[in-house]
Amino acid sequence: MLRPDGFGESFVAEKPGAPSKPPKSKLTEAVELVTESQIWGSVMRHGYPADGRTRSLAILSNVFLHLHPAKMRKSGLRMRYTWCMGGLSFFLFLSLTVTGLLLMFYYRPTAEYAFSDIVYLREDIPLGIMRELHRWGAHAMVITVWLHMMRVFLTGSYKPPREFNWGVGVILLVLTLLLSFTGYLLPWDQLAIWAITVGTNMARATPLVGYEGPLAQMLKIGDIQLVHAGADARYFLTVGRLIGEQTLLRFYVLHCVGIPLAATVLMAIHFWRVRKDGGISGPM
Amino acid sequence: MPHFVAEFANYLKLFANFLTTPWLFVTLAIVLFFASLKYYRVWTRPRPAGAIALACVLLFLVSVTDHNFRKIVTQPDNVPIMAMLYIVGFFYWLSLRQAAINDERIEAGKGPREQDETNDRVHVWPDLVYIEFIAAILATVVLTVWSILLKAPLEQPASLTRTPNPSKAPWYFLGLQEMLVYFDPWLAGVVLPTLIIVGLVAIPYIDRNPKGAGYYTLKERPFAIGGFLFGFLVLWVLLVFNGTILRGPNWNFFGPFEEWDVHKLVPLTNVNLSEVVFIQWLGTGLPKEWYIREMPGILLVIGYLVVLPPILARTLFKSMYPRMGFLRYHVMIMLLLIEFSMLIKMYLRWTVNLKYVIAIPEYFFNI
Repeated sequence: MLRPDGFGESFVAEKPGAPSKPPKSKLTEAVELVTESQIWGSVMRHGYPADGRTRSLAILSNVFLHLHPAKMRKSGLRMRYTWCMGGLSFFLFLSLTVTGLLLMFYYRPTAEYAFSDIVYLREDIPLGIMRELHRWGAHAMVITVWLHMMRVFLTGSYKPPREFNWGVGVILLVLTLLLSFTGYLLPWDQLAIWAITVGTNMARATPLVGYEGPLAQMLKIGDIQLVHAGADARYFLTVGRLIGEQTLLRFYVLHCVGIPLAATVLMAIHFWRVRKDGGISGPM
Repeated sequence: MPHFVAEFANYLKLFANFLTTPWLFVTLAIVLFFASLKYYRVWTRPRPAGAIALACVLLFLVSVTDHNFRKIVTQPDNVPIMAMLYIVGFFYWLSLRQAAINDERIEAGKGPREQDETNDRVHVWPDLVYIEFIAAILATVVLTVWSILLKAPLEQPASLTRTPNPSKAPWYFLGLQEMLVYFDPWLAGVVLPTLIIVGLVAIPYIDRNPKGAGYYTLKERPFAIGGFLFGFLVLWVLLVFNGTILRGPNWNFFGPFEEWDVHKLVPLTNVNLSEVVFIQWLGTGLPKEWYIREMPGILLVIGYLVVLPPILARTLFKSMYPRMGFLRYHVMIMLLLIEFSMLIKMYLRWTVNLKYVIAIPEYFFNI
């Protein structure tokens, strides 16, 4: 099945003695000149994906696309079945990575500069919508990840053999929330600092390792408390008794490097397991 | 606006504010949720569903004319939350609609719709790749337009000396912050989130029903779907809505059309179970030792978490227990009981002002 314009024909070996073809147009010649060159051939390892073989090769020989299988069940294509939420979550993650990277050029995670850098981003950068793209993208990702979980549950897609991948998905959901949570502090405005205060205050009530948590008082040697306001779970999160510059730095590093790295590794496992467990779920 | 229309609108708003009284609002939501599951084949049909959708949109448009409601929903961070409510509603309909169609087909012996295409293998290039491509473009367009139209919020510079009232956690944690009203932080902020995560991971190992894998259905797994959606829609999404729209200054409840009055007085006369038992019922005053004082509460909690599961195994879950086995059943029942305990505690607070079932401040141990 070749395209009528002859594009891709160049990869079909000419048999000697075959009946002569009508003369080629200038355009076809130009296209052939490009597609038959050594450069083109070194990049594109197969002809135009027009038949089963080349279509499979299009997936298999591309490092990004080979995340997919070459073939899949048709029921898995339906938007009404998948809601596209897993794919959208991944796309949003990618777009957040890109916009986040651009934001890092303008942002310094210190108490002195953080807020004014955000004001600069907001007021002075022409056509600047990177912060908006990043914030709304993050909110959207939280929603798409929730909906993805809902869809996977309602279609029973966690059932054998996909139990493990459901668990990986749950951890990814948690990481998504943590990414959003750590990013919440970075604008260093009232909204940020108090939301994070409310959030991190929880940690001081952790059983055993939070200084206001149950049983923490029992951890002592003689009269010396092991868990106190200066050494407990909350202190570990915020690096201080109050949210401060050290907290900002810690959250910044977690937000930009730590959690995305963990999420990337888990996503690799997640996508790989989708394939190994038989692709997008469907009835047996 | 003519006078009587304004008057009428005012009464409607007062009525709406009354409907969002916590106990009434949550009760209505629970009733509505279970009714929507029971009658899923009726209301998900295009006409009734369209009417409901139209009503929801109109409700929003009418509500937005109110000054107080508009002030809340036009907060930049609240816009996605309002959108989420409608999006979640849409997908709730979409899934139940497909479940209704599939369940009718299964009853007729035809198998779910997905069955027809499941053995049909198509090439990922181009069938899937172009869908992904278009989805990515649409997402980019939506995100860009949204970003141009709506500025990201930025308030005054961070200051630990000025506490905003109310101080809210990021919106997706508002359900947990709501739980803080009813439980101590070690439960609401640490144990409950941990249990949610553990519980979610445990789902595939608890639910051993082989039916309903790879297609939408409700009839073949009503218990699993009901339990999950109850947690997601009522205990998570609804509480996010609560925390966003209804919680105002001093963490008091406000109706959606009520002015956020910082000086609103809500009498807090919360009592612990030990006070009810020893002071109100026995009239002896609180015992000195905490383990005697809290004995009623401790017995109650042990009864709920230890005695109740075996009883339920012989009654309500009689048919399920032998299928699941000891370990699976007990993990499931423990998670369900704790999920349910949130509701119990909420209702106890709203009705009899109960603060703690067990209160041992000596060890920061309050339930």
